[in-house]
Amino acid sequence: MSAIFEVRNLKRSFGGLAVTNDVSLAMAPGDRVALIGPNGAGKTTFVNLVTGNLTPDSGEVRIDGEDITRLDAIGRVRRGLVRSFQVTRLFQDMTPAEHVALAVLQRDGRAGRLFGNYLAMPQVMAEVGDLIGKLGLRDLMHRRVREIAYGQQRLLEIAVALALKPRVLLLDEPAAGVPQSDTGRIEQALADLPPDLAVLMIEHDMDLVFRFAKRVIVLAAGTIIFDGSPSDVTKDPRVREAYLGSYANASHVA
Amino acid sequence: MATMNDALANAHGNRRKFGRDLAGLFVILGLAVVGYLLFPNNLALLTRMTAIALLVLSLDLVTGYCGVATLGHAALFGTGAYASGIAAVHFGITDPLLMLVCGIFGGVVAGLLCGVVILRAHGLPQLVLSIALIHLFHEFANKASSWTGGSDGLAGIAPDPLLGLFAFDLWGRTAYVFGVILLAVVFALLRLVVRSPFGMLCRGIKEDPIRIRAMGASPKATLVKMYMISGAVAGAGGALNAISTQVVGLDSLSFTLSAESLVMLVLGGTGSLFGALTGTIVFMFFEDIVSAANPFHWLTMVGGLLIAVVLFAPKGLYGTIAGAVTRWREARR
Ligand SMILES: Nc1ncnc2c1ncn2[C@@H]1O[C@H](COP(=O)(O)OP(=O)(O)OP(=O)(O)O)[C@@H](O)[C@H]1O
Ligand SMILES: [Mg+2]
Repeated sequence: MSAIFEVRNLKRSFGGLAVTNDVSLAMAPGDRVALIGPNGAGKTTFVNLVTGNLTPDSGEVRIDGEDITRLDAIGRVRRGLVRSFQVTRLFQDMTPAEHVALAVLQRDGRAGRLFGNYLAMPQVMAEVGDLIGKLGLRDLMHRRVREIAYGQQRLLEIAVALALKPRVLLLDEPAAGVPQSDTGRIEQALADLPPDLAVLMIEHDMDLVFRFAKRVIVLAAGTIIFDGSPSDVTKDPRVREAYLGSYANASHVA
Repeated sequence: MATMNDALANAHGNRRKFGRDLAGLFVILGLAVVGYLLFPNNLALLTRMTAIALLVLSLDLVTGYCGVATLGHAALFGTGAYASGIAAVHFGITDPLLMLVCGIFGGVVAGLLCGVVILRAHGLPQLVLSIALIHLFHEFANKASSWTGGSDGLAGIAPDPLLGLFAFDLWGRTAYVFGVILLAVVFALLRLVVRSPFGMLCRGIKEDPIRIRAMGASPKATLVKMYMISGAVAGAGGALNAISTQVVGLDSLSFTLSAESLVMLVLGGTGSLFGALTGTIVFMFFEDIVSAANPFHWLTMVGGLLIAVVLFAPKGLYGTIAGAVTRWREARR
């Protein structure tokens, strides 16, 4: 199948430090990829570069064959490239329902409407209720974000991304900060995604990675050092060395 | 499936908000009646208050709801006032409703212009741009004296009777009623707008524009649109001022008026339409009473009041009271 999402020779350095050093990868519709790597490997920077939150020094990004390297973040989202943030970016005084409704309305090009309230729009509310319910936020849907726990804010962050109905979804550590009892909700929400959606998930929780991914990419010091099946990743000597070399993080890959 | 309970909770929330809207309208109309009974000889002040309230509401839209820093918002008000005055004096458009339309149109154009310029910067540079703009507008109106009357003001505005029935009398009754109805209509419309999807988008932009971009919406385009809406509201205020006073002076396009409107907004509380109204009423009454009692030191007293509010009620008069009421209600539950 042809690539829905493609990155070629992406480079970016900060003050001489090559944080993204010649990264190339391609994903087909339906791919479930995990991007792992030690802290500071450049995973978030990679997401920032491909979504237009940072400008690369060189390289290109393509969605469905179209070169989007020159597009701003907004244009990329409108072409179906959606991300979630590692540190939640939510509106403290708004409710979960408002967040998801805003995403749904924006996706449908109706967020500029001057009149009408989303609470009175049945199709919007149906979608909001569905997504919010899936992530277990129903009881909190009309509370302000500042009043709900961080773990639940993480779930809302994912709900917002899903509400945009992406073609390519980049999740930056979706389970970090989510209580163990709730990670199942994330997995279930991911399992319910349309089969032709391409998902790349950055994650440190290896159990989650192994259950989710059919392919694992390992990034270390800005370079891809492994790209292959989950069963091979723990055996790879370079991967072991990368984790041992940076931190005593070997337990993650155990 | 949304459960029955959710649906009920929503309906309940909606009804309560709707109730607040109605209450707000009744408060405006009630205050208007009280003002009329208390100050039958000072309707001009009350009418000016309604016009300025429109300016402060308009400022609240961009500053309170969207977080734009501006000390030049009278540009929108003044342009509206001149547009409706020039329409009357130079083009013979003396029907008050048409003059109002001209004022709104002028305000929208000024809003578009100011928005496009001011929104290029953020924070302090944005503030400086807004100050530069109001000075430019002021100077332009001063120089174009064949159209604006320059520093003498644009005189000779003689509006027809409202709807052909109610002449603008010497006591200013028609102008007052016209102003109050205009304010009530604008207020009701704005309540809808701030709660619409567009209103949610604006609140989001104020807090985190990067998040909004990651949702695929353009903060810039949204804010320019809000500036145009704000221009319509301020322009309506300017037109009301032109129609009721029958002159337009350079002071309607001044830095002083811009700064004062910001003071009124902070006094009442930003980010709420009631706050904007409260601030206007309190400031203008205070100004009127204190300047009559002590013409030399009234500004000092206004300064003192403002410092007291900022220090002890940082959310503004309305914001602080509303917050206390909410806490009290929650404590009782
Ligand atoms: N804007 C920036 N300016 C300078 N250095 C930066 C910037 N952003 C990231 N870096 C550096 O780039 C490196 C990679 O950071 P990045 O956040 O991409 O890592 P990560 O793989 O996401 O790590 P983590 O697992 O901790 O989230 C770090 O050394 C970081 O200090
Ligand atoms: Mg990271």
